[in-house]
Amino acid sequence: MGTPLLELRGINKSFGPVQVLRDVALTVHPGEVTALIGDNGAGKSTLVKCIGGIYPIDSGEYLMEGKPVHVHNPRDAASHGVEIVYQDLALCDNLDIVQNMFLGREKKSGMILDEPTMEQLAQQTLAGLSVRTVKSVRQQVSSLSGGQRQTVAIAKAVLWNSKLVILDEPTAALGVAQTQQVLELVRRLADNGLAVVLISHNMNDVFAVSDQIAALYLGRMAAQVKTSDVTHSQVVELITSGRSGTLGLVEEGAAA
Amino acid sequence: MSTTTTNPYETGEKVALPAKDDGGLWGYLRSYGQRVRGGDMGALPAVLGIIVLSIVFSAARPSFLTPLNFANLLTQAGPIVVLGMGLVFVLLLGEIDLSAGFASGVCAAVLAIMLTTHGFPWYVGVLAAIVTGVVIGLLLGFLVAKVGIPSFVVTLAGFLAFQGTVLWLLKEGTNISIRDEVIISLENEYLPPTVGWALGALTVLGFAATQLIQQRNRRRRGLPALLWQVVTFRVVGLAVLVGIAVAVLNEERSRNALFSLKGVPIVVPVIGVLLLLWTFVLRRTAFGRHIYAVGGNREAARRAGIAVDRIRISAFVICSAMAAVSGILAASMARSVDPNTGGSNVLLYGVAAAVIGGTSLFGGKGRVLDAVLGGLVITMIINGMGLVGWSSAYKYVATGIVLLLAASVDAFSRRRSAASS
Repeated sequence: MGTPLLELRGINKSFGPVQVLRDVALTVHPGEVTALIGDNGAGKSTLVKCIGGIYPIDSGEYLMEGKPVHVHNPRDAASHGVEIVYQDLALCDNLDIVQNMFLGREKKSGMILDEPTMEQLAQQTLAGLSVRTVKSVRQQVSSLSGGQRQTVAIAKAVLWNSKLVILDEPTAALGVAQTQQVLELVRRLADNGLAVVLISHNMNDVFAVSDQIAALYLGRMAAQVKTSDVTHSQVVELITSGRSGTLGLVEEGAAA
Repeated sequence: MSTTTTNPYETGEKVALPAKDDGGLWGYLRSYGQRVRGGDMGALPAVLGIIVLSIVFSAARPSFLTPLNFANLLTQAGPIVVLGMGLVFVLLLGEIDLSAGFASGVCAAVLAIMLTTHGFPWYVGVLAAIVTGVVIGLLLGFLVAKVGIPSFVVTLAGFLAFQGTVLWLLKEGTNISIRDEVIISLENEYLPPTVGWALGALTVLGFAATQLIQQRNRRRRGLPALLWQVVTFRVVGLAVLVGIAVAVLNEERSRNALFSLKGVPIVVPVIGVLLLLWTFVLRRTAFGRHIYAVGGNREAARRAGIAVDRIRISAFVICSAMAAVSGILAASMARSVDPNTGGSNVLLYGVAAAVIGGTSLFGGKGRVLDAVLGGLVITMIINGMGLVGWSSAYKYVATGIVLLLAASVDAFSRRRSAASS
């Protein structure tokens, strides 16, 4: 296994008196899906926002491809190839797929929008992800199903030379068939060489697509393990109590 | 395992989604029908309105469908259409500008003072009027975008304040007449027939050329292009419309043998240029794309890195600047500026023009062309009812009903498209 694409060491983050992340470590490898799990309030969203540069970290090391980097805002993160697909998707209903995928980063020739180039790139990206469910890339987003919207949002993240794609609960609002489609897409991203972080509450999803599982418990990284090394119930224990047998956090009193 | 991290998609080989071309022309028509049923009616209501109103009013008063009245109609529509064009930008953001009418009054007053009181040449007056509009727009936009007051309240306050400003500028209600020939000619002079034909031909050829180049470009890149039948239909359709309009306007309208009255009103090419300019901005520039994005989903636009505040302020600036142009046309038509310029129902007509043409009051949907089509509908109602001899009482009620009708079509189509997704 080569250098991890993203490596976090000893990340701390507080909001006023509340310490939300405590000494968190995380490694994400290219070509792998790393599932980030944890109960509500465990700090998943905060960790993701720290990676994405929305919240600055208080202390700790942030390494991309082995080199320490400083990420102060979303633009820094994007320049290192980090793209986040948020739960509420952030697409404009009144624009079509191409317009949404290039929103804010339109290709231009001179002053004029270069529509043919954008349309081609959008088509190639969707085809590269083996997306077959959209009829035309000139369809308005308002006419798409939830799964198709998720697909567009993911394709939008992939379009920008991204190396790390973080997906925040991508299947939360989807039906069974659409969930399946999105999970296949997530797998394909990793198979194409990207590093993927998948936030999920759904154990089935996690076991279906992930290579690694990182479990947060009350702001601390309980364990990061290979998916194939653990069982369903062990993961549930990690989420609910932070430890499972020899895995997980050492009980505070035990060390003394 | 390899650690390559380059994006495998940008260098993607020639891969295309399954072609959606199903059934040629018939398929095109069917998908158009589906769009209309799904609530995306585009210009259909306005075009139907123009046809129905032509039939009704020409049945009631044969003089409605004469070259003389057609020319009158176009000059009458001028200020309304231009005001509506500006309002389209604000409506696209889901905002409203209630002060645009009196803003046009203020700008017209500035024009009159510059020309008549101080004797400046016309271009200085026009520049001063438009700069006034830009300043008004900056103020409104700042209050809406930066301070965060709802546009309804900001522009309602502007509606009152600008009404007062007009009174103050015109020294408590005297009217200032305009004698500058260039300004007067905008709404009162006509192009020589040959120039009318030349401009008409240029319009059609220009449209045909851009369509052909666009479609050829798409085909060359292997992208789905429009069927040639559709392109031909559009070009021929435009050619027929422009041809008929120019031919009718070039007929002799004068009933007096002593002087001749024929040609395309000068305001028509003025509107044509504005239509071209703003359509280009909205459809072909990133700025225009961002206006639609902010109107569609402000949060998504912000996350995409769009400077949302700047977009919102510029929409108000464009709206007020166009209100200034509308004020100039109104001053030209009346040959004077008085406290009522831009007042009474001018704003209502402008909003109605945009909405009847198909611009949504909910933001995110609309075109500059909407203001032209809707403005023609509104003007036909005003003009036709005047010819039939109905009193102002009926005119107001009828215009109000038409605006409500257009707004219901808008609300209905919005519900329709929400339900179909």
